[in-house]
Amino acid sequence: MTGLVRLGKQGPAVRFRWLDALWIQVTGTLCNIACRHCFISCGPKATQVPVMSAEQIERALEDGRELGMRQVYFTGGEPFLHPEMRRVVRAALALAPLTIVTNGLLIDDGTAGWLGEEGAASRYSLDLRVSLDGMTAAQNDPVRGHGTFDEIVAALIRLAHAGLSPVVTVVEHEAGFAADASRARFLDFVRSLGIQQPRVKFLPLLRMGREVRRTHGYEDGAALAEALLLPEVESQLLCASGRIVTAQGVYTCPILIEHPAARMGDRLADAQRDLRLAWEACQTCVLEGLRCNT
Amino acid sequence: MRAAFFGGVYSNWLALEEALRDARGRGAEATYCLGDLGAFGPHPDRSIELLRGRGIPTVQGNYDDSVGNDRPDCGCGYTDPRDNHYARISYSYTQEKTSPAHKPWLAALAPQLSFEHEGRRYAMVHGSPRQQNEFLWETAAPDHLLERLCGDADVLLCTHTGLHWQRALPSGKRVVNVGALGRPANDGRTCVWYAFLDTEAEQPFRFVPVEYDHFRLAREMREEKLPEEFVETVLTGWWTTCLEILPAKERLRGRF
Repeated sequence: MTGLVRLGKQGPAVRFRWLDALWIQVTGTLCNIACRHCFISCGPKATQVPVMSAEQIERALEDGRELGMRQVYFTGGEPFLHPEMRRVVRAALALAPLTIVTNGLLIDDGTAGWLGEEGAASRYSLDLRVSLDGMTAAQNDPVRGHGTFDEIVAALIRLAHAGLSPVVTVVEHEAGFAADASRARFLDFVRSLGIQQPRVKFLPLLRMGREVRRTHGYEDGAALAEALLLPEVESQLLCASGRIVTAQGVYTCPILIEHPAARMGDRLADAQRDLRLAWEACQTCVLEGLRCNT
Repeated sequence: MRAAFFGGVYSNWLALEEALRDARGRGAEATYCLGDLGAFGPHPDRSIELLRGRGIPTVQGNYDDSVGNDRPDCGCGYTDPRDNHYARISYSYTQEKTSPAHKPWLAALAPQLSFEHEGRRYAMVHGSPRQQNEFLWETAAPDHLLERLCGDADVLLCTHTGLHWQRALPSGKRVVNVGALGRPANDGRTCVWYAFLDTEAEQPFRFVPVEYDHFRLAREMREEKLPEEFVETVLTGWWTTCLEILPAKERLRGRF
């Protein structure tokens, strides 16, 4: 499945510290586009992980509150495909800061407007993490789809006009994207859109899902099997202080939601325990420094 | 009871001197420092000597732990490469300029201090009770988390973010982030802030702005060849670095 290999029970142990980040897979794998580097093969017909009901999302939020969560993330798929998005956004922001991880394509003037209102009304910060994989259509559109560059840029401008501070999320699908000079150019590019406080987050590629067909999968499957994890690395891994709730139960992290062996239980309280980095994809977090937090 | 609480000195010895004078003038019977004596500013020994000379109880910040124990980095908890670049510059400067005589004192500082007054327990930490470098931002710290972090304390005092705020929790407990003396609060003003407790006042905690000779600080920073980006913050009141850790609302309040 998806080119990802499980390494068995080997791999360094990660101690679960406390629930910091509650991720919620609100729309499962349902997405309005099918990016060529998507690590969980989301798309318009991808139903392998179902959409969550508003009640399921609210229950996850309440479980998270009881466990002392610090922040909430909505992801998918594309979260704005959720039929009750405004309801669940409001429910999350009543409890904690919220980040929505989105491709931006469904953020029209009306959506940007209500997001701005919800963000302003909440005591807690609302972040929109908008994926944009290049500073030109020629860089972005081959991976995210024809015409998406212009639409994403328009969404960023709408969000800024609505009083929000979008975080542009860039996957390093081209060599050198995250080099210092490139980072500076990305910041200048976002500033050129009229966004005064530009925020850009770079993410290393995950070599799984649809990405395996675009390039290749992990080439050194055993890279972590004998690794010694430094405490300062271990404590920063998402799986040390985060979990993801899906319609099918609670999983170790957003990367592994398609893999039954990464399922930790039915409810968040079942998933507050140590684990082992038993997956090829774990090397992206440990060796390349992937951090999913905003 | 009247007491003053300082945090995030960041080697701004001029602001520290002024804040100590200000607190005395307001009748403070006790003064506490919540850690991070070095970073950002010039001549780290001067702030340490002001605190040690007056015997001011001081909580250990991540910077004090790192400098005191000669750790490889400051442990500030940044995630962005540009933030880390500037953190490395100020850490290597501070580490080099801190006298070996002060390092055992920094290393031995307590991670938490507390006192009781009229049946209420006041707990003081640098970041949070569970993690020395945890950022407790106003718009990113949920009530239920703060209730949990308070534990058996009625008032939890912290710093580490550089931005001051306070909140009364539904249980009646209170969290006070005392802010920083080391650099301005990213609000376009050149003053820095500390927290003052007066248990007789209707609002027991208030934040006090401290005006100091920031032109002199800027001059000393330039003489020490510290980054011009730091100097700009001192002269304008706007943060130019450490921006990527700010939550959305705090980020939007600044210029950059």
